[in-house]
Amino acid sequence: MNVLEVAALKKHFPIRAGLLRREVGRVRAVDGVSFSIAEGETLALVGESGCGKTTVARCILRAQRVTSGAIRFSPAPGRVVDLAAVPKAALRPLRRHIQMIFQDPYASLNPRMVVGDIIAEPLKVNGVPAAERAARVLELLDLVGLPALARSRFPHAFSGGQRQRIGIARALALNPRLVVADEPVSALDVSVQAQIINLLLDLQDRLKLSMLFVAHDLSVVRHVSDRVAVMYVGRIVEVAPTDALYRTPRHPYTETLLAAVPAPDPARRGRRIVPRGEVADSAKPPPGCAFHPRCPHVVDRCRVERPNLIDLGAGRQVSCHRARELSLAGVG
Amino acid sequence: MSEAVLDHAASERYAQATQLQLTWWRFRKHKLAVASLVVIILFYLVAIFADALAPNDPHATDARRSFIPPQGIHLFDDSGFNPHVYGLRGVRDPRTFKLAYAPDPARKLPVRLFANGYSYDLFGLFETDIHLFGVVGGNRGEGIFLLGTDQLGRDLFSRLVVATRVSLFIGLAGVTLSLLLGVLLGGISGLYGGWVDTLIQRVIEVLRSIPTIPLWMGLAAALPNTWSVTQIYLAITIIISLIGWTELARVVRGRFLSLREEDFVVAAELAGASQLRIIFRHMLPSFASHVIAAVSLALPAMIVSETSLSFLGLGLRPPAVSWGILLQDAQNIQVLAGAPWLLAAAVPVILAILAFNFLGDGLRDAADPYG
Repeated sequence: MNVLEVAALKKHFPIRAGLLRREVGRVRAVDGVSFSIAEGETLALVGESGCGKTTVARCILRAQRVTSGAIRFSPAPGRVVDLAAVPKAALRPLRRHIQMIFQDPYASLNPRMVVGDIIAEPLKVNGVPAAERAARVLELLDLVGLPALARSRFPHAFSGGQRQRIGIARALALNPRLVVADEPVSALDVSVQAQIINLLLDLQDRLKLSMLFVAHDLSVVRHVSDRVAVMYVGRIVEVAPTDALYRTPRHPYTETLLAAVPAPDPARRGRRIVPRGEVADSAKPPPGCAFHPRCPHVVDRCRVERPNLIDLGAGRQVSCHRARELSLAGVG
Repeated sequence: MSEAVLDHAASERYAQATQLQLTWWRFRKHKLAVASLVVIILFYLVAIFADALAPNDPHATDARRSFIPPQGIHLFDDSGFNPHVYGLRGVRDPRTFKLAYAPDPARKLPVRLFANGYSYDLFGLFETDIHLFGVVGGNRGEGIFLLGTDQLGRDLFSRLVVATRVSLFIGLAGVTLSLLLGVLLGGISGLYGGWVDTLIQRVIEVLRSIPTIPLWMGLAAALPNTWSVTQIYLAITIIISLIGWTELARVVRGRFLSLREEDFVVAAELAGASQLRIIFRHMLPSFASHVIAAVSLALPAMIVSETSLSFLGLGLRPPAVSWGILLQDAQNIQVLAGAPWLLAAAVPVILAILAFNFLGDGLRDAADPYG
């Protein structure tokens, strides 16, 4: 049973210029992305900044209009709606089922509201009575490991990690079917990151959360996700169960990403693969495989023919012409 | 032990501090702004109790007492503490044969608190003739002239006090009107965007590109002569705020645009909050303080506008009394040479403008305690 199925999702931003604001080009931020998230599963979406992973998240939340494609979401077992096709007015009753954890815990909490009101807001706007709200706030504070007296304080009294806990409590207030976490730990100190990761693991365990975890840091992703989807210039280049992806990457881009993960043990440090050149511009992606100008394994076919996502079995998909012949280095 | 308890109480106080408290704590550190706040409160107190503060009728003319120099209050005489001013005696200048007044130490007019004087309506409600201070006794035409008198023999101090009311409240009225226009049009501009935004922004640009003094002169000249003082007053307020709203509209629009992208606003939207709730619960409280700061910076501009218009003879007209009208009397170099005290009308203008600017600076710095 899938909570979310994204099919051929595209989000293009027009580039306008001149007095008449004519469209002179398009940024293909998301250019045909498909994946699914099963109930209770955490899928990580990783890639460099600018690859379109945050845009995917915002499309699913319908914070942005979708250019084309389908976002089939199941708000309740046995019910499926296509979020890409729902008109904006009909969106509000659906919002409660998908909640978001934001990247920056300093910007995501209204500084003028006390923590209790911040956490209770989703409950309030969805018509939960006041007495029930108060009880639920206490329950949520306990769930994320904050003291009950936090509810009468303002966000400015809390550290980054504590604020992120408040953000998580707010996201969980309505018992959403799906939680979209947009780089939830990348704004935090490393020591605090570990605490928040542990909290998320604990919550996955206790609440059977389904989660889309957007991140650029592969060392964080390894702990929380069941499967990983790697994005490059608006497309998914590889999807695999977490362990398999880390041990035996099948796409050269995944290999370079893994090589960039810092290893704490110097003896286990492998060779560094530094890709040549810059990330491709999504306004004018190169012909063929978007990664070919930087790929160490490039052949002529890569320059002309764009590879499709092919199924390798065991839940693995990769879009590389040479996926079956290359043997790439993973970690641990 | 007790220190730790105190420490805890202090941090809990900080943790539960509202925006207003945080703003105040920060504003308090800005000493100049706090002093300015006191000055401005005093100014408005003077404006509210103007008639009670003025010892003489600001409109009463008396040809015999024209151009009396400022009189000092003498606190002691032979019999001990007895505040008094000297009576006046006419002396003819032997060269010009001009009649000039000189203090007459032989006659003492005692100064008393809560003395009776001309009658007026306090707050427009009840009639009284009690003034904060005044002289007891004295002939007709004599009195206490702290800042001297003008050509028509009117007491400058009393006129200045009454002018404060007109000048400060015209500023307030102008800013209120600007604020309404600015928040409304700026809000629409920032919220809806698109062609509405473009239209409003271009209108603002056109309005701001017109040189203000000629525009005001044109508009003020168009006011009919037959209008009463009150009508002119209202019209001048509207003319002044016609330009004033553009600045405020830009501030409001800018805040709306930046707030729309704020994570906490997006979070409220994703929680399913209605548009109205997002605007009133999340966006408005976030920029109310900025608007207050912008208003306190716009007020002095309003006051200066009224003063310069009236100074040029295009704003309020006598018998209304405002700072600009009082300064108009000081336009003539010959008058000034003989009666330099008429320039005293410039002092409250400078004081008020400086105080408003310092207050505005302090408020702007303290307005966003989370920045």
